[in-house]
Amino acid sequence: MPENPAAVEFIKLTKYFGGMAANHNISFSIRRGEILSLLGENGSGKTTLMNMLAGIYFPDGGEIYVGGKKVSIKSPKDAFELGIGMIHQHFKLIDVFTAAENVALGAEGRLNLRQTKAKIEEICEKYGFELDPDQKVYDMSVSQKQTLEIIKLLYRRVEVLILDEPTAVLTPQETKSLFGVIRNMRDDGKSIIIITHKLKEVLEVSERVAILRKGEYIDTIETSRANELMLTEMMVGKKVTLNISRPVPENTAKLIEVRSLSVMGANSFKALDDISFDMYGGEVLGIAGISGSGQRELLEAIAGLNKTQPGSEINFYPGGETDKVKSLIGKSPKEIRELGITLSFVPEDRLGMGLVGSMGMPENMMLKTYNDNGGVFLNHKDPEKYAKQIKDTLNVATPSINTPVKTLSGGNIQKVLVGREISSAPSVLLTAYAVRGLDINTSYMIYDLINEQKKKGVAVAFVGEDLDVLLAISDRILVLCGGKSSGVVDARKATKEEIGLMMSAR
Amino acid sequence: MENAKPVRTAEERSRAPLFHITKRLSIPKWEAWLIRFLSFLGALVLIALFAYLTFGINPLDLYKTMFKGAFLGKNYLIPTLKASAKLLCIAVALAPAFKMKFWNIGAEGQVLAGAMAAAFIMHEFPLLPNGLLLLIMCVAGIVAGGVWGFIPAAFKSRFGTNETLFTLMMNYIAAKIVDYFYNSWKGVKSALGMINGNMLQKATFEKGYLRYLWRDSASSAWYQSEDTWFIIIAASLAAAMYFYLKNTKQGYEIAVVGDSQATARYAGISVNRVVIRTMIISGALCGLCGFLTVSAQSHTVSSEIASGYGFTAIIVAWMSKFNTLVMAGVAVMLVALENGSQAVTNAFYATTGFPTSSASVISGIFLFVIIGSEFNINYKINFRRKTREEA
Repeated sequence: MPENPAAVEFIKLTKYFGGMAANHNISFSIRRGEILSLLGENGSGKTTLMNMLAGIYFPDGGEIYVGGKKVSIKSPKDAFELGIGMIHQHFKLIDVFTAAENVALGAEGRLNLRQTKAKIEEICEKYGFELDPDQKVYDMSVSQKQTLEIIKLLYRRVEVLILDEPTAVLTPQETKSLFGVIRNMRDDGKSIIIITHKLKEVLEVSERVAILRKGEYIDTIETSRANELMLTEMMVGKKVTLNISRPVPENTAKLIEVRSLSVMGANSFKALDDISFDMYGGEVLGIAGISGSGQRELLEAIAGLNKTQPGSEINFYPGGETDKVKSLIGKSPKEIRELGITLSFVPEDRLGMGLVGSMGMPENMMLKTYNDNGGVFLNHKDPEKYAKQIKDTLNVATPSINTPVKTLSGGNIQKVLVGREISSAPSVLLTAYAVRGLDINTSYMIYDLINEQKKKGVAVAFVGEDLDVLLAISDRILVLCGGKSSGVVDARKATKEEIGLMMSAR
Repeated sequence: MENAKPVRTAEERSRAPLFHITKRLSIPKWEAWLIRFLSFLGALVLIALFAYLTFGINPLDLYKTMFKGAFLGKNYLIPTLKASAKLLCIAVALAPAFKMKFWNIGAEGQVLAGAMAAAFIMHEFPLLPNGLLLLIMCVAGIVAGGVWGFIPAAFKSRFGTNETLFTLMMNYIAAKIVDYFYNSWKGVKSALGMINGNMLQKATFEKGYLRYLWRDSASSAWYQSEDTWFIIIAASLAAAMYFYLKNTKQGYEIAVVGDSQATARYAGISVNRVVIRTMIISGALCGLCGFLTVSAQSHTVSSEIASGYGFTAIIVAWMSKFNTLVMAGVAVMLVALENGSQAVTNAFYATTGFPTSSASVISGIFLFVIIGSEFNINYKINFRRKTREEA
């Protein structure tokens, strides 16, 4: 037996999707008792690689060694037998079961909940988790669910834990405590792989970082010898600057006034509760909060897609003139357009709400305007012209403008959506997670487009998840917590910790 | 991991699975057609083996008979085309609903509703001039089919009911209503089942026949054949529906709603309005088909006159991916297959004892392979590659 074999070793691992190599000849190893970050832009193949280790995909070529032995992992069950477990971005829990029941589900041996509970408490004590085994999953916060997922793996004696973007749904405080338990697990000899694209976290928590770019393995380096710029360049493959510009707002005028806005959620609790704020032209209003704190409902209410509760007020002041107030309450998106208000909305769910995935660019261009001219027939010509314009100005990579947009990459899909929304010369621009899943270059392009609109006097709302970005691009930040407003802060003065606390205040 | 029992040996563990399936991102057109063509040949071989091994039928004779039974001569070609037209008409009616992802399984019932209304008019107003009678019958059929489509759509919009179950149940309601009017209404002698059946009532006989719209001529000009009209109307409907879905605003709205209702709301489209409007169109076209069936085919009504095509049309719509022009080809193929395999059993039953149910076997093999070829177009099966150093 070789001396201290690596926990996991990949040798020339390759996976094709269609004709495209999602992973190509990837070779590196993970040691026992280390935290390794797997860094790369979206589409670089991080999740594909880990899915092969977790038994979700089967490699088209190459070998995997676990503890020095060559293995073939055909299913998640095989992975468990080898001591490998993965926590996906979307948790796989049964809502109506308790924590203990979820842990027992699928575990080996006879069902004995008392034993399971005892074991869970033992694990919690050992690594510093906090979890009530009798709590139902539907009563849990996102971070509690994540804890439960981790415990599920530890209960099955997993030695190699893979976490896919674990901090995406957490507040800064929750992230900190997650990192705490991850370190405890490492000290216990377990190997932890964190899939991420957040550089600060990479540097903070991991010992080594493996970098992938476009399906190729680039290098593994010690984080003690790395910095953000260097990692970005390895990830992107060329020099980049990491500064988001923030022009000073000019000629601000109040365009949108929201007062005591309440919206009912799905399970008859208030998704939004008594929110009041203003939006000014020429200003970017950041909206912060843990995901699911009411950001989506807030933007959809303004855009006329969500029913508001009695007493809510959303007023629009055309050109900032206070005597020409128009109420948006109870108006459909169509009626808002008919009032002469150009309100652009880049929703979170790009293909599910902003675009028609099965259609090409021209048909997506006309989504809001197809009915503006009279008659029963479609006008195909103008949308084609717009589509070509947007393809050229924003460099949309598509085989043809008629290619269904759902087959484009995430960044190009977002360019089509943002391009359409901006081309209507809006007075209000609402964006939800505008750069989620985009590569760094496209993200910066989107930031530039937003700033361009701001300079034109548009009132911009920017819902974001990365507090660093929010603090860099916004003028003011509205912080949401569980559907309630925790206040509005000046983005030039506020700190990340301050906002983090406002996000989780109860 | 001491207590984890090794389920498989180390060698088994390190061996790749026999095959795994991956989705193709894209495939060249010629390759897709090559797969389809090879599947077609494959189906022919399988059917030949079946016929030869079970009853010793010469495959060449079999295919000759099959082709003849489907296409050759006036006695076979026209019935095949006419049945295809009926099938096509219903499939075209389903196209807008399916494009909207509204799973209308109720075409059978909508056809029956239309046929029932048309027959009712035919029965009640035999003294009207034939042209006017046909017009009223046509409108009645369209309205009745439209109502049958409207009801499930309205319930779906208002209460969120499941359209698949709802439209399916509406079929049985329509069938039972037709049964009542056919058998019991106004007593046995004057129920709808007796339409045009009573040879003594000279005055009413042949009223409501499409072919007598151009009356009194013994010559059989092409426009005096109701078969021709059935085929022409179905083909024009297919072309019109293709244009409607592609080039009109309503067609665009249907496609947007079908792709994502959230996107439709985002665009300011009223989803409920589109759903109801489209289902009325879908039902109305089925109703039109019901009228055609009564006036140009059966000249009576029964719960059997849709001949199950309301369900077969669902297969046609899916196989042609809701493209109404492709539907014409698929409809002809299905009907030719049905008629062809029927001809085969008719021809060989007496000599070899080839049973009637083998017609179903033949069309079953055919459909299985043709639909299976679409799997091969969308997915790729990767077999385990042989590695030299296995041990």
